Amino acid sequence: MQKLLLLGDEAIAQGAIDAGMSGIYAYPGTPSTEITEYVQHSKEAKQKGIRCSWSTNEKTAMEAALGMSYAGKRTMVCMKHVGLNVAADPFINSSITGANGGIIVVSADDPSMHSSQNEQDSRFFGQFAMIPILEPANQQEAYDMVGYGFNMSEKYKVPVLMRITTRMAHSRAGVARGQIKSQNEMSLPSDLRQFVLLPAIARRRYKLLLNNQVFFEKESEDSSFNQYIDGADKKMGIITTGIAFNYLIENFSDRVVGFPVLKIGQYPLPRKLIEKLFNECQEVLILEEGYPLVEEMLKGYLANGIKIKGRLDGTVPRDGELNPNLVAVALGMKDTIGADVPELVVGRPPALCSGCPHIDSYLALNEALATLAPGRVFSDIGCYTLGALKPFEAINSCVDMGASIPMAKGAADAGLVPAVAVIGDSTFTHSGITGLIDAVKDNSPITVLILDNGTTGMTGGQESSAQGRIEDLCKAVGVEEDHIHILKPLRKNHEENTQILIKELAYQGVSVIIPRRECIVSIDKRMREKEKARKEQLA
Amino acid sequence: MKKDIILAGVGGQGILSIAAIIGTAALNMGLYLKQSEVHGMAQRGGDVSSNLRIGDKEVASDLIAKGKADLVISVEPMEGLRHLPMLSPEGWLITNSKPFINIPNYPEIENVYSEIAKVHRHVILDAEQIAKDLGSAKVANVVILGAAADHMGIDFEIFEKAIHTIFKRKGDAVVELNIKALRAGRDFSVKNSHL
Repeated sequence: MQKLLLLGDEAIAQGAIDAGMSGIYAYPGTPSTEITEYVQHSKEAKQKGIRCSWSTNEKTAMEAALGMSYAGKRTMVCMKHVGLNVAADPFINSSITGANGGIIVVSADDPSMHSSQNEQDSRFFGQFAMIPILEPANQQEAYDMVGYGFNMSEKYKVPVLMRITTRMAHSRAGVARGQIKSQNEMSLPSDLRQFVLLPAIARRRYKLLLNNQVFFEKESEDSSFNQYIDGADKKMGIITTGIAFNYLIENFSDRVVGFPVLKIGQYPLPRKLIEKLFNECQEVLILEEGYPLVEEMLKGYLANGIKIKGRLDGTVPRDGELNPNLVAVALGMKDTIGADVPELVVGRPPALCSGCPHIDSYLALNEALATLAPGRVFSDIGCYTLGALKPFEAINSCVDMGASIPMAKGAADAGLVPAVAVIGDSTFTHSGITGLIDAVKDNSPITVLILDNGTTGMTGGQESSAQGRIEDLCKAVGVEEDHIHILKPLRKNHEENTQILIKELAYQGVSVIIPRRECIVSIDKRMREKEKARKEQLA
Repeated sequence: MKKDIILAGVGGQGILSIAAIIGTAALNMGLYLKQSEVHGMAQRGGDVSSNLRIGDKEVASDLIAKGKADLVISVEPMEGLRHLPMLSPEGWLITNSKPFINIPNYPEIENVYSEIAKVHRHVILDAEQIAKDLGSAKVANVVILGAAADHMGIDFEIFEKAIHTIFKRKGDAVVELNIKALRAGRDFSVKNSHL
């Protein structure tokens, strides 16, 4: 069969479609978004009736998947690494409930923070939950691991975590498809109290999980994703995890490393293979994309075993993603680099698009706040976070999805009045509503701007769960109708919009301002699709 | 055979359309391929690049090592210069001459051109103008690809076939225009390569 040219994300999606997945649940987040989008655009997935629309946030995604698993079907949950923080509660508890139909949780880490606020390593979450973790080294493995992961999830009745990183998610390569499996029939768990985590049941379930650890380790030892590749030179042994293996062999033109290499793609760590490497080699170099998880485990607190080199001793930088050059240096090879960047080359940071509605919202907000001391605007995660940069310099925080409203409330509680929150429509439904309920309860003197562009913009324009109902949601949680205003953020409305903001900033309670205008990238996309449909109809 | 290519530009300029044509051509030749892309925040008008690696043996790393790229293909002149640390001493810089100015401190364009002139092997072309002369500024990226086509170890006809594969849904006129653009880029490159 002709190979498909797929992104790592797409290989995972195709793997899930072929492995008989019945539903995928996700909230968009770079670099994980393309997994779900691939399923949404797949004709095959449509024919098979695979459920694939966006969830409101990662927690609801994880919970819905747990429900699908309960009903006996295979399901996948996808998110970026920080999304797993949001889903942490159901994720950790799902290791105790266990699965019925197979569940794979895909968490896409972003080392070097290309599009994220931290570079946390999801493998720690997998270890915390004590479930098997899969980490592909290439697109083919990404595809293959999905079917393998579903089988393991159903064999041990436990969710499986699949951890990828940016370069795995967003790099294309040829992928050969494997066997195609049909979907599971619906079947409830044989014990209908399996998912009831009352203490008495949870204790029993937890013991089962603990007892399974030895089997998970055995699976890792036998797994084809963990390979011991022998080498003649035993001065050093090398352990790689995930895509670090590629950077290692990139430095050997014939792909022969010469040292023994343990390539890891499945956790818990394969103890026997690690013992073999430690017994044969004088020192060990550990190359892992992300935090030094394996390195810390093997080194131990007192570091009184054989010499271990990696991120902790400075052989590899402590932070940031790996690349072939960093690995070459870690191997003691000569580094390579081309000519310097000429001095005249300046940075080109991302910016709001020309014509973006957020520009008009920030211009009005800045003017409305002009007479007040600066430093009172709490913002959130989305395109509008770019309002922190020049020329707006309009916001003072960006922490996590939904933090803007409670942070404004907390600052107002401390005396910073008025305090302002700026949040997008999709982020508001993701995690903003609960913060607004807190503010209403205390009648906090805050002004909340919910920038409603009708889409999840930063990740490429996915459907927003808000669906133009922001004002209804705000009314429903108790914001007074007189203090909810819908504006049209356009240059010609600047004066009027600014005046409304000034008036509401003076109000000693919760106000909500909804600047509503469609994202210009979405309009463009919508028009193109309309034109395409029109042409197809003509043809 | 192994070619390591950096594609550079500004988010929204469509560098991935160039990658798609090279990728299709490489697959048609039965070559191995890895192509790393930029998604997310930088796409909002920031500098973007893609690592494209093709070869007759399996490609290991998704990223090209610094100083090892055979080609930097840039749809924007300053962005080409940004990737000089990636370019091998024997490598080619193929760049559009038309600046994309979305920042207040963009350098004097003449100074950008003189930095490009210092690159040992380079081609600089006004792809928009060439494309407009052919009938549509939309094919500027294909003109730039054409200028790089002789440096990729792939027969020119294979690129033409790839364009056919990718654009055939859009009709013969679109295919023809893109093939003209590819040829115009190559013709320019043959006459104006600076060694």
